[in-house]
Amino acid sequence: MSTAVTHKKGFGAFLWDYITTVDHKKIAHLYLIAGGLFFLIGGLEAMLIRIQLIKPANDFVSAGFYNEILTMHGTTMIFLAAMPIIFGLMNAVVPLQIGARDVAFPFLNSLGFWLFLFGGLLLNASWFLGGAPDAGWTAYAPLSTTSPGHGVDFYILGLQISGAGTLMGGINFLVTIINMRAPGMTYMRMPLFTWTIFVTSVLILFAFPALTVGLFLLMFDRMFGSGFFDPTMGGNSVIWEHLFWIFGHPEVYILILPVFGVFSEVMSTFAKKRLFGYTAMVFATVLIGFLGFMVWAHHMFTVGLGPAANSIFAVATMAIAVPTGIKIFNWLLTLWGGNITVNSAMLWSLGFLPTFTIGGTTGVMLAAAAADYQYHDSYFVVAHFHYVIVGGVVFGIFAALHYWWPKMFGKILNEKLGKLTFWLFFIGFHLTFFIQHFLGLMGMPRRYWVFLPDQGLDTGNLISTIGAFFMAAGTIVFLINVISTSVKKQEVAGDPWDGRTLEWSIPSPPEHYNFKQLPLVRGLDPLWVEKTEGRKEMTPAEPLGDIHMPNNSILPFVMSLGFFIAGFGFIYQVDDLSWLTAVFVGMGIALGAMFVRSVKDDLGYHIHKEDLEKGAK
Amino acid sequence: MSHDHSLNPEVMPENPEKATLEGKNKFLGFWFFLGGETVLFASLFGTYLALKGSNGSGPTAEELFGLELVFIMTMLLLTSSLTSVYAMYHMKNNDFGKMQLWLGITVLLGLGFLGCELYEFYHYIHGEDFTFRSSAFGSAFYTLVGFHGGHVAFGLLWITTLMVRNAKRGLNLYNAPKFYIASLYWHFIDVVWVFIFTVVYLIGKVG
Repeated sequence: MSTAVTHKKGFGAFLWDYITTVDHKKIAHLYLIAGGLFFLIGGLEAMLIRIQLIKPANDFVSAGFYNEILTMHGTTMIFLAAMPIIFGLMNAVVPLQIGARDVAFPFLNSLGFWLFLFGGLLLNASWFLGGAPDAGWTAYAPLSTTSPGHGVDFYILGLQISGAGTLMGGINFLVTIINMRAPGMTYMRMPLFTWTIFVTSVLILFAFPALTVGLFLLMFDRMFGSGFFDPTMGGNSVIWEHLFWIFGHPEVYILILPVFGVFSEVMSTFAKKRLFGYTAMVFATVLIGFLGFMVWAHHMFTVGLGPAANSIFAVATMAIAVPTGIKIFNWLLTLWGGNITVNSAMLWSLGFLPTFTIGGTTGVMLAAAAADYQYHDSYFVVAHFHYVIVGGVVFGIFAALHYWWPKMFGKILNEKLGKLTFWLFFIGFHLTFFIQHFLGLMGMPRRYWVFLPDQGLDTGNLISTIGAFFMAAGTIVFLINVISTSVKKQEVAGDPWDGRTLEWSIPSPPEHYNFKQLPLVRGLDPLWVEKTEGRKEMTPAEPLGDIHMPNNSILPFVMSLGFFIAGFGFIYQVDDLSWLTAVFVGMGIALGAMFVRSVKDDLGYHIHKEDLEKGAK
Repeated sequence: MSHDHSLNPEVMPENPEKATLEGKNKFLGFWFFLGGETVLFASLFGTYLALKGSNGSGPTAEELFGLELVFIMTMLLLTSSLTSVYAMYHMKNNDFGKMQLWLGITVLLGLGFLGCELYEFYHYIHGEDFTFRSSAFGSAFYTLVGFHGGHVAFGLLWITTLMVRNAKRGLNLYNAPKFYIASLYWHFIDVVWVFIFTVVYLIGKVG
């Protein structure tokens, strides 16, 4: 999207540059584009769901197809849209916020992206190859083990491949944040977005391996005749539920914590105040991260774990409301008495506060195990998790995009279109999901293809669908905004918002080495500290010297392609053993690329001091 | 925070595996990776424990397992962990030849372990008619022990590649972290085996 580069080089060279890049800022672009594309696909699936439910006894789509779009909507939005866009944001911002020249493992960073993309492509290839997965995004056994066709197989292999990429990203950012902070950037001076990414990375590290195992077991059951979830062989399908939610519950915090960070940055910047209760915010983030692991069985209250287990998980779940409440009040107190600028990024943040509070309140309602027997698998649950995931994560992503767009691309998104996007989406969101609480309480179950007329559900569903069209319109306006901003020439300086943190101390978009000289951090909100002392720039912490940079590499792309090919082999060898060829070819390509990587030294190159002095702009 | 490091320095620093930023990153990143691996194996152990009694009409753990072979395997793997410690000791003394020697012994012991495991599986499948598809117990057993065996095989490939790749150029600050994390991985494999030995074989036999 950085059009300046396209003019200088041919399209082929431009494409090659992005396929081989190990620059975290370009990988951020890739994550945004791919994640954005999957967001549109997932949104399209949502629209189909809402159109089907616009009136009772509708026959717009068939029951089987409905199961597929429902499954793919959830799976796509969680794994292929929300997470990758957050990965895009963290790639774009975290190294800049901590004053690092690069991430700890640039090669692994690229590999993580390509694994995600090829996993996502594999999953979506199912649409064209006999049908998508249809067992819900949770893929509960035995529904998933007995689902005919190859849909669930695509789910298993697609998520396995992209999940591996996510794990790499998590480790990479943990090490980056611990080892590569600029001089003076102590833990308690890290911007809150970096803090939330740090905790998120810990969650990724400890949550994703459980999914890896779950997917392996499901794969073995479906493809190789094992009996983990098959009661006739002594298997137990509740094992899947445990493994899935041991991953799945932390996953929702993997999604929400980063946008808590986003809102903290946006609100303090546009209220012209330091974040209220910074220490408490850090503590709350860590506590939420910890508690996120302790509550997975609240998804399983009705499984029959017994009142003791249910009570423990209910209380642990309710406990999360405490640190979350601390955060909400700290945001309010950050705004209190601030000199507030209400622009697009800030609108999303202000809209988030009441919306997420509603989502949190219904969360506590659901956490009451006894009451959950009533809410379970109803539209109340659907309303709750859309209030937190759309009202939290998606609002946060929009806020972040408007806030950091100038840093990433050197251009400011149009404010009028930005505000129009917000109002269309915000109104549409509440129209769609607020009424679903009541639909749920009136007995409308989730995941059902049709509902019957004259049961009091007609009007609510109609309003809900109208709201969905508003959200779609908001998204289209945002796309128009992105395109019209991209073709415009207008460029911005390094610090368009009068920012507080390090990323605003360097040009927009940043040079590929980020910082010519590493900055000396002298307090929380380091750039603001310098500004209050009358300086415009950061004080350098080191003399100008050569900068070591990593080499570009095609190997991550090749490795991921190998796994992609092998994925098809695994899926189809069930029908015809000759497909094992694809397994061997694909794994051969992947392992071959790993072998090349391990025997070829990659020492990188240096940008020389003299070139930096020339101000190689 | 300079990324600079020179190859083949005359004097190796005290901890060559984390003397450079790149080394520090690899060192820390790998510890985190092992944290993730812990969750992976914990999930597999949990599954195994839930299913170990679900043997249907097939043989039980008590009927199947023979502790003699498992004892030999344990000794082979524990010793290989010790020899990899020797290798790292020599790495820190900048004695490349001895490091390679001890790594070579580590690989041989690992191969011995893997050979015993393959024999064990072969014996169960052909002698006892106990397979991956026999029962949920069979699936869980081969998955847990097989994942560990897969890790052993991968570790052997890894260490061997490192040894061959660096045979002619000796130890430097670029490859020292690579050797070090390979040995960390090897210790992790050993630790997991201690749990498998206890949870699968000992408890299976007498528990």
